[in-house]
Amino acid sequence: MMRTVSAAETAPTTHPWAVHAEGLRVRAGRHLAVDGLDLALGTGVHGLLGPNGAGKTTLMRALATVVKPADGRLTLLGQPVDGRADLRRVRRALGYLPQQFGFYPRFTVREFVEYLAWLKEMPKTAIPGAVQRAIDRVGLTAKADARMKTLSGGMLRRAGIAQAIVNDPEVLLLDEPTVGLDPEQRLDFRTLLRELGADSCVLVSTHLVEDVVVACTDVVMINGGRLVYQGTPDGLMAQGEPGDAGDSPAERGYSALLRRYRAEQGR
Amino acid sequence: MTTHPSLSVLARYADGGPGLDEAAVWSVEVHLETCADCRARLAGSTPDSTHALLGRVAAELDRGIAAGPSPSRVRRPWSAVHRRWFAWALLPWLTMTVALLGCALLLQRLAPSLPPLVLLLAPVAPLPGVAVAWSRRTDPAWELIAGTPAAGLTMLLRRTAAVLAVLVPVLALVGARTGASAALMLLPCLSCTAAAVALGGRIGVRNAAIGIAVVWASAVVVPTLVTTNLPVVLLPGSIPAWALATVALVAFAATRADDYRRLSSRR
Repeated sequence: MMRTVSAAETAPTTHPWAVHAEGLRVRAGRHLAVDGLDLALGTGVHGLLGPNGAGKTTLMRALATVVKPADGRLTLLGQPVDGRADLRRVRRALGYLPQQFGFYPRFTVREFVEYLAWLKEMPKTAIPGAVQRAIDRVGLTAKADARMKTLSGGMLRRAGIAQAIVNDPEVLLLDEPTVGLDPEQRLDFRTLLRELGADSCVLVSTHLVEDVVVACTDVVMINGGRLVYQGTPDGLMAQGEPGDAGDSPAERGYSALLRRYRAEQGR
Repeated sequence: MTTHPSLSVLARYADGGPGLDEAAVWSVEVHLETCADCRARLAGSTPDSTHALLGRVAAELDRGIAAGPSPSRVRRPWSAVHRRWFAWALLPWLTMTVALLGCALLLQRLAPSLPPLVLLLAPVAPLPGVAVAWSRRTDPAWELIAGTPAAGLTMLLRRTAAVLAVLVPVLALVGARTGASAALMLLPCLSCTAAAVALGGRIGVRNAAIGIAVVWASAVVVPTLVTTNLPVVLLPGSIPAWALATVALVAFAATRADDYRRLSSRR
């Protein structure tokens, strides 16, 4: 199908990083969950690793413009995200899968994705096609007209991914997308991630170190709201020594980094 | 714009392209897509066998279309509209408000010596619905919606309009039953709604609604119940003041759109 390409789409980007945070602080309740984080992310798939309570979800919510940063600077697609900015342009180019997302149980998958596409202010004529494509890409074609309340956990997760990618976002934030997916679906999901990361900035938060090594071009590790490590998956594996905890080079690298960081903090 | 291909080139193209290289065939095809005159000339130089083939295809297609099932209707416009306008979370609160108004009406019928409860409750009747219309606690998909460009004053107004569409007829009906003036039933109610929307951008819609309800209860409802005299704000003489207040508050709320577009950790 032909469509008109707007001047804005072909204009060169003028920002060096899709996501740029400097000294970012974000509160979760009263607690500072992200505490002075510096982060710069460009095109590609970035795996966000960290132990429970490291501030992964709070960081995701701040990047998704759902919560307001308490301090520091956050720039998305070259536009500052603070209390004064009009966020509509940035939000049109965002895709976000929250860790737990509510939905209206009587909606079908298609209606749910359509509703979110409409909220993302996509052109009316483009919505049906984009919705079908998003549903196909996550492998929910057979369930497209099933009601949300009848779906299993893994299917719900995939419906969530479908709504996140429906507007072909430039910044895609996926918080724990692989929870509830069976091994085969996880393989499909990795393929999808690689496709998406070819021309947009994808940040995937996960507990599974293996997922990051296989599907991501870049590893971001945080602990206690601060950046511990940013580099390639190979770099992460190189950090580990045979004596470290873990069953694979990546897991050993992960625990070695964490151990060294904690030792530094303790000093 | 390409130049028109010569008749001999067109004839060779129609004949299956002997003597034309691929690049020449492509350029003829691209030109034909945009040039109706050349298409007409092509039709003139098409051999009879091709005409016969096209005729057979057209006949087959017509037969297939006539025999096959009729295309299904793509969407039901009404369901799409109510889905967007009406968050399901509003339903229980609206039911509660209508039930409360019914009780007030009943009580007023049974005990005419009491001050007119319906008149006292009418101004705050839409506030529970408005508070729920855009609140993190009650909208299950809040986190998904808050990160979309459509989140903001327009969305709140749509949902508020849905609340009012249900409650205004109910209030008018109840007012007519008790013989209260329709203006005194509706104008304070619209003023309070507009005030909640206007303040909501700054302090959160829910907080604004609670605040207004508390002020109304302590300044008007409680004194009336104690003294059993109708306060001056609910006497017919104050109708012009209410009309003025409604217009002013609606205008003020309309200027507060920016508040809703900004990041906030409160809403």
